[in-house]
Formats: sequence, structure tokens, C-alpha cells
Amino acid sequence: MTRLKINGQTFAVAAGPETPLLWVLRGELRLVGTKFGCGKALCGACTVHLDGEAVRSCVTPLAAVGTREVITIEGLEGRQAEALRRAWTEIDVVQCGYCQVGQLMSACALLASKPRPSDADIDAAMSGNICRCGTYPRIRAAIHRAAAEVAKAF
Amino acid sequence: MHIKRRHFLLGTAGAAGALIVGWLAAPPRQRLLPAHPLPLSPGETALNGWVKVGSDGSVVVMMSQAEMGQGAHTGLAMLLAEELDAAWESVRLEQAPLDSIYNNQAAIVESMFDPDDHGVFERTARHVVRRILREIPNLSGTGGSSSIRDQWLPLREAGATARLMLIGAAAQSWGVPATECHTDAGRVLHASGRSATYGELAARAARQGLPRTITLKSPAQFRLIGRPLRRIDNAPKLDGSASFAIDALPPGLLYASIAMCPTAGGRVARFDGAPALAAPGVRKVVALDPVKGGVGSVGVTAGGVAVIADTPFHAMRALELVRIDWDHGSAAGLSSQRIFDDLTRALDTSEGRAHLEKGDVTAALARAAKTIRADYRVPLLAHTTMEPMNATVQFKDGAATVWAATQAAGFARADVARVLAIPASKVEIRVPYLGGGFGRRYLTDCLQQAARLARETQGAPVQLIWSREQDIAHDYFRPAFQARCHAGIDATGNLIAWKMTTAGSSLGAPSFADMSSDGAANTAYAFPSARVAHRSVETPVSMGIWRSVSHSQNAFFVESFIDEVAAAAGQDPLAYRERLLTGNTRHLRVLKRLRELSGWATPVSAGADDARRARGVALHRCFGSIVGQVAEVSVTGGRKIRVHRVACVIDCGVAVNPNLIRQQIEGGIVYGLSAALHGEITLEDGRVRQSNFHDYVPLRMFECPDIVTEIIADTAVPGGVGETGTPPIAPAVANALFALTGQRLRTLPLKPV
Repeated sequence: MTRLKINGQTFAVAAGPETPLLWVLRGELRLVGTKFGCGKALCGACTVHLDGEAVRSCVTPLAAVGTREVITIEGLEGRQAEALRRAWTEIDVVQCGYCQVGQLMSACALLASKPRPSDADIDAAMSGNICRCGTYPRIRAAIHRAAAEVAKAF
Repeated sequence: MHIKRRHFLLGTAGAAGALIVGWLAAPPRQRLLPAHPLPLSPGETALNGWVKVGSDGSVVVMMSQAEMGQGAHTGLAMLLAEELDAAWESVRLEQAPLDSIYNNQAAIVESMFDPDDHGVFERTARHVVRRILREIPNLSGTGGSSSIRDQWLPLREAGATARLMLIGAAAQSWGVPATECHTDAGRVLHASGRSATYGELAARAARQGLPRTITLKSPAQFRLIGRPLRRIDNAPKLDGSASFAIDALPPGLLYASIAMCPTAGGRVARFDGAPALAAPGVRKVVALDPVKGGVGSVGVTAGGVAVIADTPFHAMRALELVRIDWDHGSAAGLSSQRIFDDLTRALDTSEGRAHLEKGDVTAALARAAKTIRADYRVPLLAHTTMEPMNATVQFKDGAATVWAATQAAGFARADVARVLAIPASKVEIRVPYLGGGFGRRYLTDCLQQAARLARETQGAPVQLIWSREQDIAHDYFRPAFQARCHAGIDATGNLIAWKMTTAGSSLGAPSFADMSSDGAANTAYAFPSARVAHRSVETPVSMGIWRSVSHSQNAFFVESFIDEVAAAAGQDPLAYRERLLTGNTRHLRVLKRLRELSGWATPVSAGADDARRARGVALHRCFGSIVGQVAEVSVTGGRKIRVHRVACVIDCGVAVNPNLIRQQIEGGIVYGLSAALHGEITLEDGRVRQSNFHDYVPLRMFECPDIVTEIIADTAVPGGVGETGTPPIAPAVANALFALTGQRLRTLPLKPV
């Protein structure tokens, strides 16, 4: 059994050390908010945070997680996350919604490292997350809006 | 609008015989009352087949349409809530049962008739088809940009009917005339100050007879329709709680992975499942025959071998241990080159079947001062929905429960029933959110495979998940097409002859239902003489409908070639189009606004990168809407196309929710731009060469242009929206590249040389 710290709770999981974190989350722990999109770290649908860093869980073996805390969309909280969700809602970013959990995870990690990202920062941080519905212009606008809101709160 | 609702009575018991005559002259048979009563939760009352009211005042809209991102759930709920005068916050949705009142008449009827033909014969034919469709079970479907178009009347009629019944209930209990009552935000109110909530009135309202006539609101009375309301599915899609088919978690769920024959249409010759079966967590190894995708597609999904295991990863890993010999079948030697050679040969040897013949085009070409000839090509395209193909089926005690990401629940139910050899009535289809559809989810191939696997699990539910590699290799592709174009202009540059013949798959449609010339044979342009034809060329590759279907290629052919003709005439391409649309007020209005919105008259300045930019225009009508786009592009490093800005104007009749319309236009443009700049499926030795997002490349954030959309306010019945943004973008970009470089790119994806 491997011990995993996820969203503030500790879980003992039976999966082998080579099992990608994505399938531990979805298949064993039934945390299905994190999505399968490509299996090769090409689309970003499976993005989670490991100690605050955005990683692709589909290519992250359980053994590589170690003692780092996993945050999934189900446990994504805090000022920036709330500001992002609000901006996402006000701008109506979502269409099918399948990639959006990964988009939010990437955007939240971006704001944590760059509180007022430029368009170039957004291009760099978000181009790994594919959206086939084409919500990119609204994602960009929503990140700017959330960043402004968080900045104003100080 | 005042409509005699005579046909409502057709749904009431015993009235049918007397009103058969009425059918012939009246609107199609009613879509208000389902064959069986709606299922009710405690406290709920059904007022008709589209709406239930809870004792707590909640309004439950029965939703037959899949939500795959296009916003149908929000837009359709608005239609009913509008006429019901429901409080918007009280509206909830519930999946509608399968019943012919939900059959998608618009998707079928509109695809059969010319958008410009409103003659007596055409109107009668439309009416007859609608009547027939009312009688056929299981023709619900989400596609063809038709949800709002199809339910524009039924949902509003249902809301208005329910509202009158609620008023009737209030009037009765208060002993006042119904005419003294009015409604507002989920309440019936009387001048005396008395009021009651819909929840309090629902049970009594259900005992009121159906109103003989209803009056629908005029646009000036709309409170919801026309407002940019937010999507009702935002919250669950932002906290991970939204359930997609792949998120189904019935107790005891098993998982399956599949390896399909890499050659189109191939099958398993023999396999050895023993090593996989010995792997941990594995329950079964099962060979699957090829399956047909279904309506609107040709070809088959290749046969394969599936591993059923306790977890997805156990199944995936054990699959690698299965040893399979393939029977590669008839497509073994097929290549993209050969497909295009076949298309060229077809155009060299055949004039095709004419879908438009006007005047004497041969004579006009002969007397033209100048003629222009060109061939255009588009490749096979995959859909790549973000949620890969998957399905969950539980088969227990002779009945099945299915969690299906499907655009066509009726087809899905019928196909699962067939695979399991049980009556359709024993199959329950649950349709969660769809992680994208784009036409791919009309097909039931993955669902049929999952149903087959469910026969092997002794009643346990099994979820089949395709890998992204399988999803791309075994798609039903947008067909490859080639167009041969020939036009003639007179000495002053006027277009006098237009000839276009396309070759490609007709998706298995018989000639009378062939949609291959949609968007080419029925453009709004007034060609003095024209012939538009299609030659059906089928290849053993699975092909199907892809966002905007034939419009996706035909808009590229028509709008690029018009641009070529305008250039040959030495005229401004936008003004040239205007002259071909003389008297066509809606199209001209779109072009006029597009001219302003895009700054067409002013030269485009270089951007921060100093790269020279140019604009290109395209205009296309499809699914009842007119869309014009101007793309602003630059080319860097000689090869790299950059689309900076797209200005878009749409006339889609009544704009039910401008916010959703803008979303769909943006999405349609990005989807079309992915195809225009990158999208290409190629075949070699019968195999798809692309496998994942590194070689089947979608547009990403850094490449995405700014998009400005203007919606023209119109009062015509709503047109479709979901697919309409896609067709014009490829020609708009190609035309901009011509303006920029003088190079005419006639093949997609666009590759400057």
C-alpha cells in the first residue's frame, strides 16, 4: 500500500508504484474530476497540483508523487481559485467543460507564480491545455480578470 | 403571434378520428403530450411532456438534447421558462424519456430542402415529412445545429400551455375570471392582491383541460429570450462535479481497454489472450467483431481485442500482453495518395450528379472574356473530442443500463438492444454531459462494443475507454474532397458562368438524400449560369459527419474560388460578393456590418512584430444562419501563418441568447482554424499515421486569434448556431494569405511555399 496525501486527506492505495496518478485518482479513489484526455501529457486535461506545481497526472507514476501533497479540482480552494471560478462564471468560459478542470488547475498555478500575468505569460502557461471547444479567448480574459480581482483585494 | 392550437386536441383521447382531416391542413401532429406519462418524483406534477412543476415551485424542463458544450441546455430552458413566466432561478433540467414528441424534425427536414425554396410543393413536402417524423420512434438527436430551431415552437407552446393551466387553476380556486389573472416569476397574481406560486397550483392545474388556443409572446414581450444569460452548467463544470459518461461510477464497475486492427475495416484473425489473462486484476479477454457506426457514416470500426479488468490501468497494461494476428482486409494497401488519385480520376472522367443547373453554363464559358480554372483539396479530418470515446453498460437480468455520451439516444438504445438481443424497452440510456461531440457522438460503435463486453461480466457494469490513439485511428473522418472549379467573366469582370464539381464520399447517402453539395449548390449568390455537381467516390475508410458536415469543405471551395474570380476581374473581393447578392438584404446587411467591424476600408497596419498583415473575407450560409468573417493574417519566417484577429458577423434570426451565440461562433472559428492550419489525417498502407495531439495538432492558446463577433438583431425564426462559425474561417484565412503574398493556397491545411 502506498500512502498519498490528497486534498488534505491521507489515503492508502493498492495500485502499484508504476501506476499513473491519474488512474489512481479515477480508478481507485473515484476522484473523477481529473480527466483523461491523451495519456501522453499533450492535452493537460489531467492537470493536478503537486505541492502547488501543475503536473500532468497521466504521466506521473505513483512512485514519483512521494510525500508531496496532491491537490485535485475537488480540493482546489483559496483566494486565487475562487477568483478564477468567479471570472470563469462571469465571462462564461465553459462550453463542454471536459478540459476546464485542467485549465483551472493550470491557471491557478500560473497566478500563484505570476500574480499579474502578461499575455505572453498566459500563452506560456496555458498552451499545454487543449480546448477543442475553443474557449481560449475567454480563458485569457478570465485569467486577467481574476488576477485583477485578487490584486485589488490587497 | 397568435396561433390556433387546433392540433393540440389530436393528443387528447378519443379525438383522433374526428381530426384526421385537420392533419392535412393543420400544422404537424402535436408535440405536447408524450405516449406515456412522465416519471415523477415526490411532489412533482407534469403539465405536459416538456415541463413538470414541483410543490416547492421548481420548474423541471424535460431535456431531450445532449449538452456537449453548445449551450443547448441553457437556451432550450430559456424558451420554456419564457412562455411559462417561470422564475429563472427555479428552473432545473431532467433528461427526457425517449418519445416521438422529442424527435428532431428540424435536423431532418432542413437537411432535405433547399433553404431558398418556399414554394407550395416544398412547403407541403416539409409538412408531410414532419408529420411522418412525428410517428417514428427514437429520432431524437443533437446535431445539425438544430436544437433551438427544432424546439423553438414546441417548448414555447408547452410553456404557454402550462401557464394557462396554472392561471386556470388559480382562477378556479379564487372564483375569479382567468382573464383577470396574470403571471410573473413563478406566481399567478390577481388584481385583488391574491397570489399563489406555481408549486401551490400545479396539482390543480394538471386537472384543467388543455387550452384550446394559446397566444405566444411577441418579441417585445420577451423577458428572457434575447438576454445574454449565463450558462446553467457553469458551476458543476468548475468544481469537478459535472458528470461525463467517462465519470460513471456504478457499484462494481469494471474497466475495459481495447486494441483494434490498425488497418481500416480490418479484424482479428487469431489472438492469444492467455498472458493477459494471467496478469493481475484481469477478468476476461474478449475478441470483438467490426461494428458499423450507424446513420450518417460509411465504413466500419475495425475489430479488436478487449481486456476487462478491475481498474483502467490493469486493463491498459494487460492489453499490451495480448498477441494478435490481424486480418487487414481490403484496405490494406490504401494511402492518402491513392484516395486523392481516385478523386482526380473521378473528376477527369465524370461530370458528376448535378445539384444545381441554371442557364447554359457551357455556352457562357465559351463566350467568356476570361475563364478561371482551379482544383481544390481538403483532407480527412478527425474530431478529437476532448473526452475520448467511451461507454459504460450494465447488462443484468435481461435489462441494460447504459451511460452513453451520445448525440442520438434513440439510435444508441436500438443498437445496444440489438447487440444484447433484448427489446429496446429493456434498455435505459442515461446521457450525462458530453465532453465534445462535433458529430462523432452520433455514432454508436464504442457503445456497441461496450454492450458486447457487458455480456461477459455476469451483471457487473463495464466501462470501455478508448485511448487517444484509438480515438484518432478509429474515427469516422470528415471525408477527403476535391473540387474542380471553372468560372467565366465578361469583359467588365462580371461573373457569367460558375461551374463546380466535387468528388468525395457521400457518407453512404442515396442520391436523393446526398448532402455533399450543401453549401455549394445552394449559395445565396445570383450566378447567371451555373452547374454544381457531385461525384460520389467511396473508399474503404470510415467517414462520417464532422462539425458543419459538407459546409466545412464547400465553403472553402466556393469562398476561395469567388475570391479568385474577383481577383481575375481586378475587383475588391468584398464588393464583388455584394454585386452577386444584389437585392438579398440579409446577406448584404451582414457584409455591410462586416465591412465596418473589420475596418475593411482602411489598410491593415503591421503588429508589434512588424510583420505585414492582410485581410481576407468569406461569407457562408448554413443551418438557417448567415455568417461573414474577415481574418487578419501575417506570415513569419516565410512559412508560419499567424491569424491575429477575426471579425465575425452573424445573422441567426432571433438571437435567443447572445452570449451562447458568441461562444459558439468563437468555438466554431477555433475548430475550423485548427483544421485550416494543422488538421490532416493521412493514410499509409491502410493505417492512420497520426496518433495523438503531437501529430494531429489542434489550435492552442498561443495561436488563438482575437475574435470579435457581432450579432445582427433580426426577428426571423432562429437559425442554427453551433456549426455556423466553422465553414468561413478557412477561406477567410486563405483569401487573406492571397492578399498578403499573392499565393493562392488551394489545399488544406494551408501551407505557404
